[in-house]
Amino acid sequence: MKLTVNDREFTIDADPEMPLLWVLRDVIGLTGTKFGCGAAQCGACTVHVDGQPIRSCVTPVSAVEGQKVVTIEGLGGNKVADAVITAWTALDVPQCGYCQSGQVMAAVALLTETPKPSDADIDAAMDGNLCRCATYQRIRAGIHEAARTLEG
Amino acid sequence: MRFFAPPVPSPALSRRRFLVLSGAAGAGLTLGLPAVRAAAQPAAAAGEAPFAAYLRIAPDNTVTVLSAHLEMGQGAYSGVATLVAEELGAAPAQIRVDGAAGNPKLYGNLAWGGAMQGTGGSTAMTSSFERYRRAGATARAMLVAAAADQWGVPAGEITVEGGVISHASGRRATFGELAESAARLPVPAEVSLKDPKDWTLIGSETFRRVDSADKSTGRQAYTIDVRLPGMLTAVVAHPPRFGGTVRSFDATAAKAVKGVVDVVQISRGVAVIAEHTWAAMKGREALTVEWNLEAAEGRGSAELMAEYKRLAAEPPTAVADRRGDAGAAFAGAARVVEATYEFPYLAHAALEPLDAVARREGDVLEVWGGHQMPDLYQAMAAEIAGVSPENVRLHVMMTGGGFGRRATPDADVIVEAVECAKAIGWRAPVKVLWTREDDMAGGRYRPMYLHAVRAAIDANGNPLAWQHRIVGQSIVANTPFAALIKDGVDVTSVEGVSGTPYAIPNFTAELTTTSNGVPVLWWRSVGHTHTAYAMETMIDALAKAAERDPVEYRRALLKDHPRHLRVLDLAAEKAGWSEPLTPGRFRGVAVHESFSTVVAEVAEIAVDDKGGFRVERVVCAVDCGVAINPDQIRAQMEGGIGFGLGAVLHSQITLTEGEVDQGNFDTYEVLRFSEMPRVEVHIVPSTAPPTGAGEPGVPPIGPAVANALAAAGRAVNVLPLAQGA
Ligand code: FES
Ligand code: FES
Repeated sequence: MKLTVNDREFTIDADPEMPLLWVLRDVIGLTGTKFGCGAAQCGACTVHVDGQPIRSCVTPVSAVEGQKVVTIEGLGGNKVADAVITAWTALDVPQCGYCQSGQVMAAVALLTETPKPSDADIDAAMDGNLCRCATYQRIRAGIHEAARTLEG
Repeated sequence: MRFFAPPVPSPALSRRRFLVLSGAAGAGLTLGLPAVRAAAQPAAAAGEAPFAAYLRIAPDNTVTVLSAHLEMGQGAYSGVATLVAEELGAAPAQIRVDGAAGNPKLYGNLAWGGAMQGTGGSTAMTSSFERYRRAGATARAMLVAAAADQWGVPAGEITVEGGVISHASGRRATFGELAESAARLPVPAEVSLKDPKDWTLIGSETFRRVDSADKSTGRQAYTIDVRLPGMLTAVVAHPPRFGGTVRSFDATAAKAVKGVVDVVQISRGVAVIAEHTWAAMKGREALTVEWNLEAAEGRGSAELMAEYKRLAAEPPTAVADRRGDAGAAFAGAARVVEATYEFPYLAHAALEPLDAVARREGDVLEVWGGHQMPDLYQAMAAEIAGVSPENVRLHVMMTGGGFGRRATPDADVIVEAVECAKAIGWRAPVKVLWTREDDMAGGRYRPMYLHAVRAAIDANGNPLAWQHRIVGQSIVANTPFAALIKDGVDVTSVEGVSGTPYAIPNFTAELTTTSNGVPVLWWRSVGHTHTAYAMETMIDALAKAAERDPVEYRRALLKDHPRHLRVLDLAAEKAGWSEPLTPGRFRGVAVHESFSTVVAEVAEIAVDDKGGFRVERVVCAVDCGVAINPDQIRAQMEGGIGFGLGAVLHSQITLTEGEVDQGNFDTYEVLRFSEMPRVEVHIVPSTAPPTGAGEPGVPPIGPAVANALAAAGRAVNVLPLAQGA
């Protein structure tokens, strides 16, 4: 099976049913994408497939063959991601940090689609990303802050 | 997350299979283990110069602080880094932090008496305040002495600022340039610490978290991310009821799954060990285990609660607090108010599921994990592996949330990892990973409790009598922390009711300790998770009966408690307590002390006509002594409020015939993004030594919201609110 992850081609010998999450983490060795629930309930495993945020824990690897997968490790050079990460760091958004790969991936997808999101847009886009440390207030502030920077 | 309330109790002798705790007079707990465990300390990189065991300075000018406290999100690493940097004169950018473990003489928690290392009870800054400032000052004195030697100038003329050592003559050096020669000098016995008015980092907004960049880019490694050559991954089939054991198992189908390497029985179940996580999970699905459930807990939570209600009407097992004569005083009551509260079991549900990695090579055992109680885990791992504790090297990993769950007296997931590696003859390193469902059904919950409260006011509306009964399991019974049970009272069951600061002339707090097979544990703010709810909603009920304003009523009853008054006034003022609300909006207040920190919160809710409501805004005031990192105190209050709010709104673990009903976040609901209220945090300026911050934000949020709901005419005494309303 051929897979494109972060613009690199991988040839994988794996059960086609294996979720993309475990292929990324255990086969390819990209551990920035996290396991939180395995059931599309928490968003910790969010990656982009052809630019769309998806839950890699419930996506069989065979379903993304031939598509472009981007993980948190592959955000380099993405202007929106730079703005998000800069805002996250400046505001000290993370606490334990475990959900934040997923939060950043969801925020980048939101801002790419909707450069100036309202609070309601943010609620709708981020509601599937749990943070047990409840950093939600700073995530919201971080998204607004990144939107401002991108506006220039 | 609390094990010892300061002052540290003198422990009773408690003998367990793995561990001996012995009381050392006046010194708290001493582990009966060898004191020297050099092998267990983090290794210094080549060329790094160690200073006083708490920090190292590398030739490239980085300063690595060795933290005695686990970073679980609460900001402990950034706290110790601030303390060191302040006295060392370091630039924040040059500071790194590593977790240290394996030498209680160096890293023992001073807030627990100093003899045992651990993180919990919101004590990291209390324990570290002197220790890490002193470490920074010591290293600075040695760097200055080395510079004075080299430059031939008096030490008193040398200044250190922003990571640069300099002299008026124009000579300058970085820490890295002088570290090696400085480390060879004698360690000064006495150093003086800065006057607080000269602090530039402590209390400032400029020292930010040390881990934000790594945590925003996916670079931060957690235990789940550990990858070692040849490492295998295991998932464990646990008994479906607490207390069950393995009768037999058939591994044929599991072993047929591609990638499964072995299936082994361990003390807690049957482990499927595979080349990668997915194979281990598939293997476990294919595994058949016959369980012996004869001794297992077979009751459901509804039956247990029915038993608690029955027990509440019988005499208590212990009296926790008594002043005056509450029983007799009811005779003179003008009005009596009664309430029975029900609190469910709660799971910690940290986002990183439980995990640990074990590897043995020769006589050395290494264990990677969220080592919240390292001495204990080291002793247990050593016992299983049959090596001496000094040969157990603990790698302290950052933890994807803890909330108390990584401080298990029986070291559950660490024991599983070491047992798995042992069961396959140590032929490969093994990572044990729990799934979300394993974690949800794995026990070690905040206990279920019943509170039955009866209180009376006199003709002037003042509290006259208060009888409070708490029914529930003890967290510390049958653990090495059983010393916290005094005269039959587990302090973690009654803290927050016992010793209430409110002026109530006749007060009795009684406890009925129950026991059943459901394992329980400390959960962020421990006893205060339920006691604050009962106390603060009952005080509101008395204020209502007396037809007085809830803030004014509290002020009168707290007049001898200036810290309580200060946060109450501050929260009320910032929330605009006396200003009218728009229709459909209601406010509630709560004030509570936990872990020596006092917090007041005012919650503002919006109710709709369909019976729903939303928490719109929370104003929080906190007095936690010196605010070392003010922005991190704000972060902990924000997070504590969100964490506590999710629990009171939605969360509960229930059991049916001994089996846990919840499996994932669809059934065990927690706070979601769109439910987070706007939170404002105000910190009371203080020069007192620092107290807790990680937990004290949690207790007031439940009662503040409940009091707002009661103001809207919907008092709720059965949690979670979504169910009780
Ligand atoms: S791990 Fe995929 S949504 Fe939780
Ligand atoms: S920062 Fe801990 S789960 Fe989000």
